[in-house]
Amino acid sequence: MYASRRKNSILKDFIRNFELTFLALPAIVFIFVFAYIPLYGLILPFKNYNFEQGFFGSPWAGLQNFKYLFTSDTLVRVTTNTVVMNALFILFGTLFSLLFALLIFEVGKRHVKVYQTAMFFPYFISWVVAAYVVLAFLDMENGFINRMLIHFGKDPIMWYSNPHYWPFILVIVSVWKSAGYGAVIYYTGLLGTDTEYYEAAMIDGATRLQRAWHISLPLLKPLITIMTILAVGKIFYGDFGLFYNVTLDSTQLYPATDVIDTFVYRTLKSMGDIGMSSAAGLYQAVVGFALVLLSNWVVKKANPENSLF
Amino acid sequence: MKRNNIVIHLILAGFALICLLPFVLIVSTSLMHEKDIALFGYSFIPKRFTLMAYEVILKNPQQLINSYAVTIAVTLIGTAVGLWLTATIAYVMTRKDYKYRNKISFYVFFTMLFNGGLVPSYILISRWLGMKNTIFALFVPYLVNAWFVLLMKGFLQSIPHSLVESAKIDGAGEFKIFVKIILPIAKPAIATVGLFMVLQYWNDWWLSMLFIDKENLYTLQYLLIRVMRNLEFLNTEFARKYLNLAQVEIPTLSARMAMSVLAAGPMLFVFPFFQKYFVKGLTVGSVKG
Repeated sequence: MYASRRKNSILKDFIRNFELTFLALPAIVFIFVFAYIPLYGLILPFKNYNFEQGFFGSPWAGLQNFKYLFTSDTLVRVTTNTVVMNALFILFGTLFSLLFALLIFEVGKRHVKVYQTAMFFPYFISWVVAAYVVLAFLDMENGFINRMLIHFGKDPIMWYSNPHYWPFILVIVSVWKSAGYGAVIYYTGLLGTDTEYYEAAMIDGATRLQRAWHISLPLLKPLITIMTILAVGKIFYGDFGLFYNVTLDSTQLYPATDVIDTFVYRTLKSMGDIGMSSAAGLYQAVVGFALVLLSNWVVKKANPENSLF
Repeated sequence: MKRNNIVIHLILAGFALICLLPFVLIVSTSLMHEKDIALFGYSFIPKRFTLMAYEVILKNPQQLINSYAVTIAVTLIGTAVGLWLTATIAYVMTRKDYKYRNKISFYVFFTMLFNGGLVPSYILISRWLGMKNTIFALFVPYLVNAWFVLLMKGFLQSIPHSLVESAKIDGAGEFKIFVKIILPIAKPAIATVGLFMVLQYWNDWWLSMLFIDKENLYTLQYLLIRVMRNLEFLNTEFARKYLNLAQVEIPTLSARMAMSVLAAGPMLFVFPFFQKYFVKGLTVGSVKG
């Protein structure tokens, strides 16, 4: 009796909400197919997948794939590269974004438009076009920089075969592409703040630097925190376009530029090693998930309002 | 005070130039003589102007036109369908009287936190759904994206519920309410999210790289990757016949840059006009998470 009543109310709820559910149904199904079905990737690395037998028919492999993965030197290399490069991107990206945001804020609304448009430009291009830009400068034979070096009597540098320079190059390219819109985000954040603080500081005779340091930055703190946390949550995911296209996927650069994502792609597409590739993918997903939860937990501790969930 | 302002302007102008000058280098190189490239390298100002590189590409523009067609088709279809799916699911998430609101929110949000990775998606799309080397592979996988759903939800949340209620009293069904009342009000939101989708589709090469081997399905960005990796791509029939006869050096290096100008250039002049919307989307997105 009780059970049937409960069943009844579930059914009633379902009918009452059916129209809205039906409206969203295509999207719900889509997400199920493209985001939830791939979760079989949790099992895939434990199989010895081959295309003939498919997912269900392929034999189990136990931990074999993970054994190969964790005993290879590559895993350490790609993990280090991913985390260290992302950390550098976050650090320098935030610093330059803030710097330009504060500077734009200082020159006032009248001039914003011009600078904003120019700074936003690299945001609109793909990593492929960015790779053309970098190639124009670094091409070993005809690139602008090597010709300049020769012009000043220096030896040209083999940019695309010497990994030594790439941490710097990647940071520069990353900042070039993203500092502009980062600045716009922070600048918009500043616009939303109360002008009273600045007026009061003006009366007290605070210098511009003091105003920026003691008013603007503290006001931006919540926004900086949330942007950084979001980025830290993604620190285990390399920006594939940057690491693959801008480096021209040059094998000699791998010691500095190979990240988890390029490794997963390469083992899948070039080597066709489904086992290794899916094992690396699972490793990335699990650690990445842990990092999101961790960073969210840290924010929640510090300031519950800024947490994501 | 005044002097300070000049310093600030100088720094900002310097960065603005750094953002723009690289493109000048590309355009300028595309206008150089092949011989001059060998002599002086890629330069900001060509010693002698020539449109040879563009001539070579445009004399045989089949591949370029084809890639434009594919890219435009994918962008239009993907954005239209994607907007419908995104708007509908974001809308039901904002309806306070919808029972499964929180469940669906979590269902969407979870996809941002955890995913199965590249390999299972690759097998799903290419094997199980059979999309390899079809145009579907170029837009279907991006149709719904949790970030866009949350962005849309952020905008739609401000629509007052009373509008829905009064329409219900008039006897309108949910579908009708959504199409006739919600969508028209949500135009700015749809424009903003739509622009992000356009940018995403226009700039995509990832899906082509994974799923496309056929040249007639190359998107513009993927065509650019091919050209970058393989200069032979530019040695068209025309270039070999006509230029060899005229004993002119075949422009390949300048043609490569010209190709990137022709493929990427036009849209680069379009997007900045919609900057306002991008800024709005980015700030809403960054605050709401």
